[in-house]
Formats: sequence, C-alpha cells, structure tokens
Amino acid sequence: MSALTLVRQLGEVVLAVAIAPLFMGWIAQCRAWLQNRTAPPLTQPYRMLRKLFHKDAALAADASPLFRTAPYVLFGTMVLAAAIIPSVATDLPFARAADAIALIGLFATARVFMALAAMDIGTAFGSLGARREMMIGFLAEPAFLMVLFNAFLLYGSTALPSLVDANATRRFFIDPSVIFAEIAFIMVLLAENARIPIDNPATHLELTMIHEAMVLEYSARHLALIEWAADLKLFNYACIGFALFLPWGIAVHGADGGGALLLASAVLLVKLAFAGAALALIESLSAKLRIFRAPEYLAMAFLLAVLGLLVHLLLGANIHA
Amino acid sequence: MHDADLIAQLLRLLAAGLLLISFAMLSRRRTQRLITLYAWQGAILFLSTCLVAYGEGLRELYYSAALTLILKVILLPWILHRLIHRLGAQWDSEPLVNIPATMLVGLVLVIFAFGLAQPISMLATTITRHTIGIALAVILLSFMMMITRRKAMTQVIGFLAMENGLFFAATSTTYGMPMVIELGIALDMLVAVFILGIFFFQIREQFDSLDLHHLEKLRED
Repeated sequence: MSALTLVRQLGEVVLAVAIAPLFMGWIAQCRAWLQNRTAPPLTQPYRMLRKLFHKDAALAADASPLFRTAPYVLFGTMVLAAAIIPSVATDLPFARAADAIALIGLFATARVFMALAAMDIGTAFGSLGARREMMIGFLAEPAFLMVLFNAFLLYGSTALPSLVDANATRRFFIDPSVIFAEIAFIMVLLAENARIPIDNPATHLELTMIHEAMVLEYSARHLALIEWAADLKLFNYACIGFALFLPWGIAVHGADGGGALLLASAVLLVKLAFAGAALALIESLSAKLRIFRAPEYLAMAFLLAVLGLLVHLLLGANIHA
Repeated sequence: MHDADLIAQLLRLLAAGLLLISFAMLSRRRTQRLITLYAWQGAILFLSTCLVAYGEGLRELYYSAALTLILKVILLPWILHRLIHRLGAQWDSEPLVNIPATMLVGLVLVIFAFGLAQPISMLATTITRHTIGIALAVILLSFMMMITRRKAMTQVIGFLAMENGLFFAATSTTYGMPMVIELGIALDMLVAVFILGIFFFQIREQFDSLDLHHLEKLRED
C-alpha cells in the first residue's frame, strides 16, 4: 500500500463528505422547480449545518449516553461506507476490507443505532418512527441483497472495486437482468433514504413521519451530524448505484493518475446532477404511499430483483463467454 | 456478425421489458393504467417484430409489425379508453386478492414457464429462441390476471395481453404465423373488443356494476 493510495482514499472520503449536502441541495432545488416553487439556494444544506453547529445542544433529562453517542456512530458509519464504496477510484485500501454484503451490514448498524436512540427518550413519536424504520429496513434489506446478487452473478465478484473494474472495462453489453435490478435498486433507494413513496422528508405532520419522527428530540450539533449522515447515506446509495449500473468514467485500477482522477471526479458530479434531477422527477410524480402499502411496494422491489436473477439465468449470456 | 449480436441483445432486452410490463399489470389497481400498460406492451411487440424482420430480412414481418402498431398501440387502447369513459369506469379500483401474494404466485409461474420452455428453445433455431420462456410467462401471467380480477374490463385487458404473449411466442419460435392467420387474428381481436364492449353495457344495465361475480349466481325471479 503506497502513500498515494492513502491520499486517494482520503481525497475520496473528503470529497464525499463535502459534496453530500450539495447533492441534497440539488435535489431540493430540482423538486422546487418541478413544483413551480422558488428554489432554495444550492448551499442551503450547508447553511443549515452551520446554523446547527453554532447552537447549544439541548438534551432531554433522561437521555442516556446512547442518545448522545448515536449521532457520532451514525456519521462514522456513513463516512466509513463512503470510504468503502468506489465513487472516484477503485484502487482503495479501505474498499478491500469489506465487500458489498458487509456494506449492507454497515447500513444496518447505523439503522439499529438510530432506532435505539429514537426509543431512548421514550416519547411516543420516537418509538413510532423507530418501529416504522425497522419495518421498512427489514423489508428493504432482502430486496437490496437480491439487487446485489444480480450484479455479483453478472460480474463474478462480491467486492465492489473488482466488480466496478470488471464492469467499467468490459465491452458494451446489454444484459436484460440489469433493467430489473435497476428498477428494484431505485425503489430500495427511495425507501431506504426516506424519500417520497415511503416517507416525505418535508412533512410537518408527525403521524406520517418515519425518519423525521426519530430525530425530533435532537438539536444543534447532534441534529447537524444526523442530517449530514442522512445526506451521506443518500450520496452513498447513489454511488452504489453508479458502481453497479453506470461505472463508466471512474478511474479503474491501474489507470488512476492525477488526470484520470480529476476526470472521474468531474464525471461523478455530472452523474450526480442527472441522478438528482431524476430522483426529484420521480418524487414529484409519485404520491406518498400509506404505511400499510409499504410492504407491497418493497415486495415488488424484491420480486423485480428475483426476476432479474431468473431472467439472467434464462437469457443472459455470461460476459466472460 | 456484430450486428446480429446487437440485435439479439436488444431482443432480449425487449423481452425482459415485456415481462416487466406483465408484472406491472398484475400490480396495478386502476383500469386506466392497465390500458396504458397494454399499449406499451403493444409498442414493445412492434419494436421486437421490427427487429426480427430487420435482422432476418423477412419482409412480411414488417406488415405484421405495422398491423401490431395500428391495432394494439393505437386502435384498441383508444377504443378501450372510450369504453371506460362511456362506462364511467376510469377510476375503478377493484378489491383484489392481496397483491404481494399474486406477485409471488406470478414469480412461481415465471419459473414454471422458464422450465417448460428450456427444452423447446433447445430445438428452435431462430435468433429469438431464448425468449420463448418469456413469451410463455407473459401468457401465463395474463391468464392469472384474468383469473384474479373481478371486473369485466380488466378481464378483457388480460385476454388482450394474453394474445400479445401468444404473438410474441409465435415470432420468437417460428418468425410469426402466415399472413392470413395473422390478419384473421387481428380482425378477431377487433371484433371481440366490440362485442365485449356491448356486453359491458348489457352487464351494467342488468347489475349496475361491472363486477362479474354477479354473474355467478342464478336469479329466480
């Protein structure tokens, strides 16, 4: 492991942490445009974070240490996930430490801590949100795993970097299973990141909240960290999507000099811009589902991913063939 | 050679899209959405038939593709839209056997169809032979849609979707049927939709609803 790989790794993490709020701001801006509203500035999430970091934190009287440590755990896991997911380069020392299945475990850790912290204070809304979050999580995880299995089957690896290497350098090839996996992935992404068909991030009505209900008791720097972690989570999911389905432009192993890295960063920004606009479009076109419809929605995602596997077995020629 | 390879890939992609639309049809509750999906299914059929015709240089397949475009993408959806508009049934959302269960049964059907088609596709020599399994799955899924739905309208759409599956199966196994047969089928479909449209009005007049379970019991008056 040379010093250069470490620098690359560090640079990627810093880039992820820095532009995750920007991605969120871009989605908010697109949504505002699509809904004929005046858009908030792109830097709105940063201003929000700055404001929150300058405030004094208020803690509930019976908050346990768990409540105070949860935001740090959350932020830490999301940063670690950003280090594992190859977004700019694939030759990353951290990325070899964990494969995509471990990555799902990492997201699950964050989810468990969030839910425990929400239940810690003992308010009704907190535990309501936590229960809903766990329900969504346990339905979304198998679907996500199935999506990943699609990619594993296609490229013959469970490690994201080698998967991306195989994916980015192969000749152009359309595998029908990929469309199933893509749709399932987008559905899981929306569900896992508390976006519209499952949860409305802009809601003010506590009874319909999922993610927001869990963070109601947080304030100041804790809230800032949680918000930032949520931004990073969405960014991470987007990057997983790019790694699985749109790897072109990333600096692959062996061809990752300074120029390639710059190019890869620029390509990443372009992809994020398109992905953000597409997400905003999907969210504007769909209505929030009743919570009891959520299992149906996620069952659909699971099913599509399984169908992708089946179609791959029947139709997909192996890329190595 | 590369061209043929690309065409085969595109055909697989379209076949997968067809399967996707069949599942989307199973999961929809609104009749209007079903008709839109039906039109999309027709569009995919049109594209795939054109591709097969181009790849194999078969001129008469272009005619059947054009027939598909006119009938299944434009005419039939338009007639169906008019019908549900006249019947006031466009927002009909029907109580259905629970959708995730239907989807799971659909998945089993797909596995069954794939298994069934495996030996057949070994025998066929067309470039589309791998898609026979999907065509079979589409037929079975539409069949299931007809069984699980209660409204007359959705059953008819299921019937039409089944015909789409059959057409796709025909193009993928033997590059389509003779022109006479295809014309006959197309005319049959058109007439069937007209007659069924008349049936809808009759059923509604009798029972004030398009729910077919009213037809299951005999009336003694």
